[in-house]
Amino acid sequence: MKTCDLIIAGGGPAGLAAAIAAKKSGVNDILILERDSILGGILNQCIHNGFGLHTFKEELTGPEYAARFLAEAQELGIECQTDSMVLDISPEKVVTVISPDNGLQKIQAKAIVLAMGCRERPRGALNIPGYRPAGIYTAGTAQRLVNMEGFMPGREVVILGSGDIGLIMARRMTLEGAHVQVVAELMPYSGGLKRNIVQCLNDFDIPLKLSHTVVDIKGKDRVEGITIAEVDEKGNPIPGTEEEHVCDTLLLSCGLIPENELSRGMGVDISPVTSGPVVDESFETNIPGVFACGNVLHVHDLVDYVSEEAGNAGRHAAQYILGSLPDKDSGKKILLKAEGGVRYTVPAALHPDRMDDKIKVRFRVGGVVKNCFISVYLGDERILHKKKQIVAPGEMEEVLLEKSRILAAPDVQEITVKLEVE
Amino acid sequence: MKDVAIIGAGVCGCAVAKELSRYEFDVCVFDKNEDVCEGTSKANSGIVHGGFDAKPGSLKARLNVLGNRMMDEVCRELDIPFKRNGSMVLCWKEEEVKKLEALLEQGRQNKVPGMRILSREEAKEMEPNLSDEVYAALYVPTGGIVCPFELTIAHAEVACENGVEFRLGEEVLSVEKKGEGYLLHTTKGDVEARYVVNAAGVYADRFHNMVSEEKIHIIARKGEYDLLDKTAGSLVRCTIFQLPTAMGKGVLVTPTVHGNLLLGPTATDVEDKEAVGTTREGISQVTQKAALSVKNIPLRQVITSFAGLRAHEDGDDFRIGEVKDAPGFIDVAGIESPGLTSAPAIGVMVCDLLCGKENRKEKETAVTTRKGVTHFASLSDEEKAALIAEKPAFGRIVCRCETVTEGEILEAIHRPLGARTVDGVKRRTRAGMGRCQAGFCSPRTMEILAREWGVGMETIVKNEADSGYIVGSNKDVL
Repeated sequence: MKTCDLIIAGGGPAGLAAAIAAKKSGVNDILILERDSILGGILNQCIHNGFGLHTFKEELTGPEYAARFLAEAQELGIECQTDSMVLDISPEKVVTVISPDNGLQKIQAKAIVLAMGCRERPRGALNIPGYRPAGIYTAGTAQRLVNMEGFMPGREVVILGSGDIGLIMARRMTLEGAHVQVVAELMPYSGGLKRNIVQCLNDFDIPLKLSHTVVDIKGKDRVEGITIAEVDEKGNPIPGTEEEHVCDTLLLSCGLIPENELSRGMGVDISPVTSGPVVDESFETNIPGVFACGNVLHVHDLVDYVSEEAGNAGRHAAQYILGSLPDKDSGKKILLKAEGGVRYTVPAALHPDRMDDKIKVRFRVGGVVKNCFISVYLGDERILHKKKQIVAPGEMEEVLLEKSRILAAPDVQEITVKLEVE
Repeated sequence: MKDVAIIGAGVCGCAVAKELSRYEFDVCVFDKNEDVCEGTSKANSGIVHGGFDAKPGSLKARLNVLGNRMMDEVCRELDIPFKRNGSMVLCWKEEEVKKLEALLEQGRQNKVPGMRILSREEAKEMEPNLSDEVYAALYVPTGGIVCPFELTIAHAEVACENGVEFRLGEEVLSVEKKGEGYLLHTTKGDVEARYVVNAAGVYADRFHNMVSEEKIHIIARKGEYDLLDKTAGSLVRCTIFQLPTAMGKGVLVTPTVHGNLLLGPTATDVEDKEAVGTTREGISQVTQKAALSVKNIPLRQVITSFAGLRAHEDGDDFRIGEVKDAPGFIDVAGIESPGLTSAPAIGVMVCDLLCGKENRKEKETAVTTRKGVTHFASLSDEEKAALIAEKPAFGRIVCRCETVTEGEILEAIHRPLGARTVDGVKRRTRAGMGRCQAGFCSPRTMEILAREWGVGMETIVKNEADSGYIVGSNKDVL
């Protein structure tokens, strides 16, 4: 059987950053497997700017951001195989992959980085009643049609969901000549970044209706109208608040779901909160030598954070291959608990002996909270108390943990991250 | 003049066409939709019923049991998946056991084999996820599941191979008696036919009433469904029914033959014969009623909901046969449940009827079998490797969720009655039927369709002529 030190499933921003970091950490035998015909993943259809502010201190478009990583990967001589779909990964790290050119291959890897990304939640999963005509697209599908193929999927548009892709597409459709009538959001707050609401909706006078949802889709062949209505605290439509929109298109931006079918298939533990693998400080899953990063791990707002986390995942994968990553079962393990408005943390556990001097713990909150504190407890001792004017589910938060601090408390079994009002 | 004009390319129309195509009949099939299987046949439970709940002596009872018996061979010949997963009818109270016993007795009269009543414990041993409230169950080992699209399409493909003309996207507007036969006005012209087979589903009353003084009435009875991801498909093994009501067989919970979990249907009579929209009330009724039968249904795994229309005739039985005051006009009307199960038997019955009137020879070259579209995902690694080596298009995945390759989509396009629409590809290959519901694959499927048919992307439709995906190009109105 063909062998390879490190196989990376997915050649988007996470896979590329992981591969580059692994290569720089001394592993040479790396193979990126990408199902699309080009590398770069979803960045290729994100032609708007705003990428790279953290990584490169400048504003790039999605393809430009991807191009920088592609150039580096190429320079480093990292092997990539496009048009290659991983069908299966066994717990023993045998990867089954198919492609038109190479047929069906089975490759034994020493380590694996999972970087398959995520998919959009479809209409069916939202239980939106009505007909099932053409003209209903997830925002990402519409983005691909418009930005990569040059086709307009509709003229008069209603958008459900205020996730970032939906906001970006509200602006894109407007710039391409469509009329976006309204963005309806089921929750009382937006799921997207504040800057996107300002730059994509407010700047184009597109109304955002919070606590609203779609209650009917009209049109047997093509969308002819969308009815939206206000919802109560439980999300149930309030009778009498219906509002008819004559339109030909409904775009959906109602959440992203990490694509973990391969991970589940090989026995990786999946968090019910993130729908992504449960990982430790090294981005290692419960299966030794299997790492995860990017949107397959947890859905990000900013690609810069994806690149950063993926770099760490790649570096640790390299250490695993080179034998310099301590065995995770030999040392101490501290669990990270998410409480009081914090939904989850990545990582979910720390092995102090494997930690870098400082690590970032990223998380999301469950609702909008104003004037609060993000607190971190090392056992019972509060070691961080950071004032926040506002936290929202649409914006990922982070705290920094120092290794020295954790080593100084050898009896502590648990670290808790929570929101506090004072 | 055609020998036989069949109105409606649903499962019954196609089954009749397939049977007739073995003989020297000149047959054409009309459908107002752009593909076969676009009406009642595309949106139902996909159940091969045992045959215990139709009144003894009724056509429903006879054809159900016959169709059930035929199904193994039919599906083998047509190369489509079929599973005899068995059915259960549940009751929740001791006093309801009498009703199960009545069904059992009725089933015995209908000659349904192997049925027996299970205690709660026996039922739960077979189906551990049954609700704890269940008191007893009627077990029907001959119940099965089949894919309604594949069953319909496969019948149509065989008919087409044998020379039946399919005139899709051509609506029959009226039928009138003319000489020895009938004159059909369609949206594309006039056609004369010696015999007419009226398999028009919810519209069968309209055509019947054009030629007969003995009027019939068909109401569209809407049924709404929830379909869950394959991760939920093993929650139950059998098809789980509840005690039937006046409106039908009630809400069921069943695995589909492709491994999803299906909940539904509701039963609401609607005036509009095109009213296939789902409703908030309907879907919530489905989930509530399903929860009575099976516990812990993972509703987060719902990937789509849909509604279908049953053609319910006032007489509550199938109406199959020559219309008394319209010689040569054959009704296949009122085909609601168990219509899918009965379809192969209905095909034979109508063919026998026409062969009794016209002595036609069997064609020497007629085919009775077909090879289905390759199902790449179910091949072994060795078979996959060999197939990609021979045809590299099988190495390119188009639908990630269902692992459907470009090779399969090409097969679906280049075959008898090949797919021309995105839904056509979907029903022949399952591309777009998975958990992302065509988010990733629909633009790619559109590209392949446009390339293979040599047309522009903007002409590719979901299903009907007015269901286009693309309305223009960027900035064209600016």
